[in-house]
Amino acid sequence: MKSYYLALLFKDQKLYPMHIDYKKFTLSNGLRFIVHEDHSTPMAVLNVLYDVGARDEDPGKTGFAHLFEHLMFGGSANIKDFEGPLLLAGGENNAFTTNDLTNYYIQLPAENIETACWLESDRMISLAFSEKSLDVQRKVVCEEFKEHYINRPYGDVAFKLRELAYKKHPYRWMTIGQELSHIENAKLGDVKAFFAKHYCPANAIVVMAGNIQTGKALALAEKWFGNIPAGEKYIRNLPTEPKQEVARTLEVKADVPLDALYKAFHVGSRTDKSYYAMDLIGELLGGGGSSRLYQTLVKEKKLFSNIECYHFGSSDPGLLMIEGKLIKGVSMKKADQAIGEELIKLCSDTIEEKELMKVKNKTESAILFEDMSLMNRASNLAMYELMGDVEFMNTELNKYLEVTSREIRDLSISIFDEKNSNSLFYYSNN
Amino acid sequence: MLLNMLNRKTAPEITDAVKFQLSLPPHRKISLSNGVEVYLVDMGTVDTLMMNVVFYAGNCYESENLVASAANFMLKSGTRTKTAYQINDFFEYYGAYLNRQSGHETAELTLHCMKKHFAELLPAVSELIADSIFPEEELGIYKKNMQQRLQVNLRKNDFVAGRLIDTYLFGPTHPYGRYSSLEDYDALNITRIKEFYNKYYLNGRCLIFIAGPLPADIQKLVEDNFGSLHLQGSVKPEITNALVFPAEEKKYRVTNDPESVQGAIRIARNFPNRHHPDFQKMQVLNNIFGGFFGSRLMANIREDKGYTYGIHSYLTNLIQESALMISTEAGKDVTEETIREVYLEMTNLCSKAVSEEELKTTKNFMIGTLLGDLDGPFQVAGRWKSLVLNDLAEDYFYRGIETIKTIQPDELQALANKYLNANDFYELAVF
Repeated sequence: MKSYYLALLFKDQKLYPMHIDYKKFTLSNGLRFIVHEDHSTPMAVLNVLYDVGARDEDPGKTGFAHLFEHLMFGGSANIKDFEGPLLLAGGENNAFTTNDLTNYYIQLPAENIETACWLESDRMISLAFSEKSLDVQRKVVCEEFKEHYINRPYGDVAFKLRELAYKKHPYRWMTIGQELSHIENAKLGDVKAFFAKHYCPANAIVVMAGNIQTGKALALAEKWFGNIPAGEKYIRNLPTEPKQEVARTLEVKADVPLDALYKAFHVGSRTDKSYYAMDLIGELLGGGGSSRLYQTLVKEKKLFSNIECYHFGSSDPGLLMIEGKLIKGVSMKKADQAIGEELIKLCSDTIEEKELMKVKNKTESAILFEDMSLMNRASNLAMYELMGDVEFMNTELNKYLEVTSREIRDLSISIFDEKNSNSLFYYSNN
Repeated sequence: MLLNMLNRKTAPEITDAVKFQLSLPPHRKISLSNGVEVYLVDMGTVDTLMMNVVFYAGNCYESENLVASAANFMLKSGTRTKTAYQINDFFEYYGAYLNRQSGHETAELTLHCMKKHFAELLPAVSELIADSIFPEEELGIYKKNMQQRLQVNLRKNDFVAGRLIDTYLFGPTHPYGRYSSLEDYDALNITRIKEFYNKYYLNGRCLIFIAGPLPADIQKLVEDNFGSLHLQGSVKPEITNALVFPAEEKKYRVTNDPESVQGAIRIARNFPNRHHPDFQKMQVLNNIFGGFFGSRLMANIREDKGYTYGIHSYLTNLIQESALMISTEAGKDVTEETIREVYLEMTNLCSKAVSEEELKTTKNFMIGTLLGDLDGPFQVAGRWKSLVLNDLAEDYFYRGIETIKTIQPDELQALANKYLNANDFYELAVF
């Protein structure tokens, strides 16, 4: 996914016909609770976000936040079977873990929303920790690891790039875990400690969205979540990544059919004011068939068979990535230089208004389409609240619209500084 | 503690999803002056629109491999007035997405855009259909890039397994069983692609689906932009290579990557299409078998044994003939056990009727998710498209719901005995 957060709607009613209405409450135990009514749908969503991700893991026990997510489906304090009652209520659910957060969601017919409250609140109280469940999910996650990262060509790239770009900050490991052994060695005691530290009202944000009345929603939240002990607010104190002072390169030879080139540049965090210009830079370079890298390097110069530019919108300072596979016979040096030339253009020439407008229009459209889904709206409300204020969801587009071509150029100069670059040259040994 | 005042052991009251009255929101059908039929689904609260322009131009109609998909892809490669770059830049300037999909029977152009730009974008879509020129240089880039992508994909066991199983089911010459090769890309030539475009797009059979909160002048907009093209509305082109030739041999083990740590497994059998009376019943049985997270395959092979990250079974979405497919990637050392467990779950469904409780859960889940799946104009248009392309009437949708609500354990057991016999299945593991 390009960005986990690109979704929202806008305040200026004249420009943007949609505005996400919501009501925000804080329960007596500190749990943040947000309601979003939408009476055009028969469905409802309960979204529970926990403020814990892979960055909060012990360097010797990576992959834990994600493994834990799997264990959340193995039954809780009072409910042996999580899945059965939910299916009976006509519901479906899933979850995802990132380096920053863990998010669980249930969608079901609105009439049955209380079932979702019952299930989610019980697993916020306590899990039914069992050796059997841990044993199975360790294996499942190991198979997930193999399926996505070992058993496929270029599967190890993301691991190597993170390790190259981050020396101190825990973004240096992947959400799935740094290595299989960390998951294989997970102990039940670790699991219990992780739950106690992170899974409590003080560290959670709950969103109820869909065909529901705010008053009833709040009453349900009070009933099911209101009496859960607050727990201790987790204060994050992660090592800061020191500013990179020299360009870094890594060469790898592997049994893959094509040479590939990956570049990662340090950029600001999701809440940094430079975020909007950075996101637009990514779009200028790698978003779609008319983007600069695709048009110049794939179509005109025919150096790459595909090329992309993306970032993760991470909570702490992140990376802007460029990756492409080289046309057979093209040298790595030539391909790298050609990327460099495109980056220099962004640093030296001011982009034309029309091109800037294009990437702003694309952003507006992406936001509208993403917000069509009730599930997306619910999880985005939770993520904006995590960022600092749920209202950001309604002010976001204006921040994109305010970005100037001058800001794009100035930010490009600082991001694409050679000293800020991490290059992975991935050679085919065939 | 206060927590104890609430009874957390007992589930709250629910409304059984099977009690919901589901309805498929209506469409309005109009015919353009050239006979092209347009299905309008006018609903939605967000100002976004989707338009599917469907051509009978899938690989069923090609005489040489890959011509259909190349013609579809190259609709964005240049017209008499615009280069490929100008086409992309034009749509992207408005924040619109113009995608192409090439399937077996049909191939599509799909526009997603903000409502406020719809009228400005339509002439450009029309131009791609009426005026594409297929530049030689663009074909060269396409061939090279597709060959490189294929080379990477061929290293993935999962990709290789997906190709092979279709060949076993339908035969290597049938459009459903045929697959791409580096040589076939080499052999692509612009003359064949232009001939195909001329016959199946320029003068081809076309259907249009538009969904969202539609502009008031939608009928005029569509007529002005598509009504005078040489398209036709009624005659479906004939498919000449419709006979399937399933393989004789049923069991396969293929080595693709000696270093691999997982085996890609496919277990599949031929199955009739949606017009067969067993099809909708089979969808219920399939749900219990491997159709979702709570299914028996998932419960046993993932949640009890931990052999895989995921295992699914499904009826393939094909028009002439379907297949029942089981698909997973499992640890190399447990691949054979995984295959055995799949057959064991088939045997269980054959030998013992599902309990009332399991069936009720499945029914509620299916209706509940169907309710969610119908939530939004694009989803509704997708349902209508599926009915139309499969030559099914509206009552098929309601019969499906009725089947879910009323099917009984003994019917499912009889169905299992008819369709879940290990001997009828192709079995493949790619390492």
